[in-house]
Amino acid sequence: MTRRTMASNRRRLAVVAGGAGLALVLAACGGGGDDDTSDGGGDSGGGTAEDIDCAAYDEFGDLEGTSVSIYTSIVEPEQTQQEMSYDAFEECTGVTVDYEGSREFEAQLLVRIQAGNTPDIAYMPQPGLLNTIVSDYPDEVVEAPEATVANVDEFFSEDWKEYGSVDGTFYAAPLGANAKSFVWYNPAAFADAGYEIPETWDELLELSETIATEQEVLPWCVGFESGDATGWPGTDWIEDVVLRTAGPEVYDQWYKHEIPFNDPQIVDAFDEAGQILKNPDYVNAGLGGVDSIATTAWDQAGTGVLDGTCWMYRMANFYATQWPEGTEVGSDGDVYAFYLPGDGESQPMLGGGEFVLAFDDRPEVQAFQTYLASADWANQKAIATPDGGWISANNGLDVNNLATEFDQDAAAILADEETVFRFDGSDLMPGEVGAGTFWTGMVNWVTGSSTQEVTDQIENSWP
Amino acid sequence: MSTTPPVPTTNPETEDTAPVKERKLTRLEKRAIATKGRLTSPWASLTAVILAILWTIPTVGLLVTSFRPEIDIRRSGWWTVIPGIFTGETEFTLDNYDQALYGGAGLSEVFINTFVITIPAVIIPITVALLAAYGFAWIDFPGRNLLFVAVFALQVVPIQVTLVPLLTNYNNWGMAGSFWAVWLSHSIFALPLAVFLLHNFMKDIPRSLVEAARVDGAGHVKIFFRVLFPLLVPAIAAFGIFQFLWVWNDLLVGLTFAAPEYRPLTVAVAELAGTRGGDWHILTAGAFISMIVPLIVFLLLQRYFVRGMLAGAVKG
Repeated sequence: MTRRTMASNRRRLAVVAGGAGLALVLAACGGGGDDDTSDGGGDSGGGTAEDIDCAAYDEFGDLEGTSVSIYTSIVEPEQTQQEMSYDAFEECTGVTVDYEGSREFEAQLLVRIQAGNTPDIAYMPQPGLLNTIVSDYPDEVVEAPEATVANVDEFFSEDWKEYGSVDGTFYAAPLGANAKSFVWYNPAAFADAGYEIPETWDELLELSETIATEQEVLPWCVGFESGDATGWPGTDWIEDVVLRTAGPEVYDQWYKHEIPFNDPQIVDAFDEAGQILKNPDYVNAGLGGVDSIATTAWDQAGTGVLDGTCWMYRMANFYATQWPEGTEVGSDGDVYAFYLPGDGESQPMLGGGEFVLAFDDRPEVQAFQTYLASADWANQKAIATPDGGWISANNGLDVNNLATEFDQDAAAILADEETVFRFDGSDLMPGEVGAGTFWTGMVNWVTGSSTQEVTDQIENSWP
Repeated sequence: MSTTPPVPTTNPETEDTAPVKERKLTRLEKRAIATKGRLTSPWASLTAVILAILWTIPTVGLLVTSFRPEIDIRRSGWWTVIPGIFTGETEFTLDNYDQALYGGAGLSEVFINTFVITIPAVIIPITVALLAAYGFAWIDFPGRNLLFVAVFALQVVPIQVTLVPLLTNYNNWGMAGSFWAVWLSHSIFALPLAVFLLHNFMKDIPRSLVEAARVDGAGHVKIFFRVLFPLLVPAIAAFGIFQFLWVWNDLLVGLTFAAPEYRPLTVAVAELAGTRGGDWHILTAGAFISMIVPLIVFLLLQRYFVRGMLAGAVKG
């Protein structure tokens, strides 16, 4: 008898739970509708229509009430800044931009393309992926519209246009950029010890030697660990050194595989980098021996610069946002970065960036593509990024709009026509190498394999 | 469940001493007593306690870390707080929880999404599976066994294989990204196991009970609701918990099928670390926020969980 009552009680409970579930569903549906309207109204804090040239989008017709969906690998906190930079465009044209960011972007984008559920626009984090998608799904992607091409011709260098092209057809306009040839250091500690910023690669090696003998701690900290992508900081190191020892021409031949990966000039560059990376007197400050490089997370490795356990950390400009909260980045702050020196005459800059690939040619999509390639957007984005950590290769970008001294310096280097800029080679190599054996090869290299072994191995894996 | 054995399983001492001299024990009973003795020995308890501690350490570490300031998390391990606790030097903060709940990721907002996804995704498959299981267990129709094997065999289809075709279909039907797509997907993936478990459970109910009801003039509906349903509650509860935990913790389905405004907690937690992984210190707090509800559900209902699973699985 008791069992029966209990059972029926439970049944009643289940019914209540079901009802509650239904109520929740209804509530959520109502909530979803509200969200849509609030998005359309535009968020506060972004720019307004007066800040940009609205006439540029007249040629696309009346876009009021339309929407554009974009899918990217950029998530919070950078997502909010991205969305704010679209406000001016939304106000001008009445287009709603639906933003979706995911850290699983690269895998999910392919799933969505295959299922026919493509976004209107996706931001390609590297030209290699752009290449793959354009060659694998030629029917899904669309070329950049004329207005966008005109903007790119006006605001970007020929090189950057080339990175967004596949087999001579221009698809994707550049968006943000990053500059990788930087060495982070502690300005106050350098001043106290009387060290100068090195002007040449040899001076950098001398400085390393001086620090190694004079100081109790080692000069360099290095970390290659980055989850699935472990090894990429190592590829940047090698690319930087190849640019400096072998020169940009050899670098171009190298990533295009016109010379083999184990070419003697490349092997020399590995050994040159090895003077620092594989020298137990220089690395790995405060973290262990040379092999600890492979297991140290790249976003943690530089922390030693802050508390004095290491002196120098070579990492891209976006490391500026990786420092713990409260760290002051500036030439008179807690940390700052100097430009990785060259041979004294040329000082190449290694970099990367995102590219805007469209999957639809509706007028509102084309208008938005055109906006993203304009100087207006670059400036809006700079203003919407008060904490810094963002730059662009757009030469219409007013450097004064950038928030921090460091961003201004980095953007000035990118905008300077004298700068020898080269795109991250591992992003341009075929995926099997650039996102495969080159990464794993770097890990093997710092954990004991010789340069010859590693370069031979990577050469053999080239498709 | 339905027939509780009349053996007094109350006090092990009385059972061990009193009845032993009165009659000869069967081999099975001897073995049961020996096993019980081994399991209740202090050494076994000690081993169990040590194992439990070892298994709990990572979770405790995660919990401690989630209350530490960012700079401490980056510089040292969670165990370094232990000496500091006694001297009062250790600093604890709710910043990570604040950032996870109300920061850019806004876990407080997506919490409701997970409920909206989970509750129907539990109720739908159970409802359908109950009806299907009844059919397989008590209605004779041609090809029944073949069909049952086919349903059960669907379990071997990996979810990953179905992602692209399913998304294509949802897209064609115009429901891609909606809650319906997520509910349907979860139901599809849950049904084979649900039908199998509930069918086995229904089969265990004595045939005479169902036949008696039939003689009294009950139809299928009446038999199902009046005779079988009350007996099935533990099995339903067991599978319900199982499915609840599965859906709550699911990342893949939510990531693939839910539009950004409907994304569940797990997807939001996965994005917490930030574009370049620099905010990973918030992940600990995010993990605990997403863990609370399943933990409560499991602790409250765990006796159903174990009992129901065994009952369904032993006999085919």
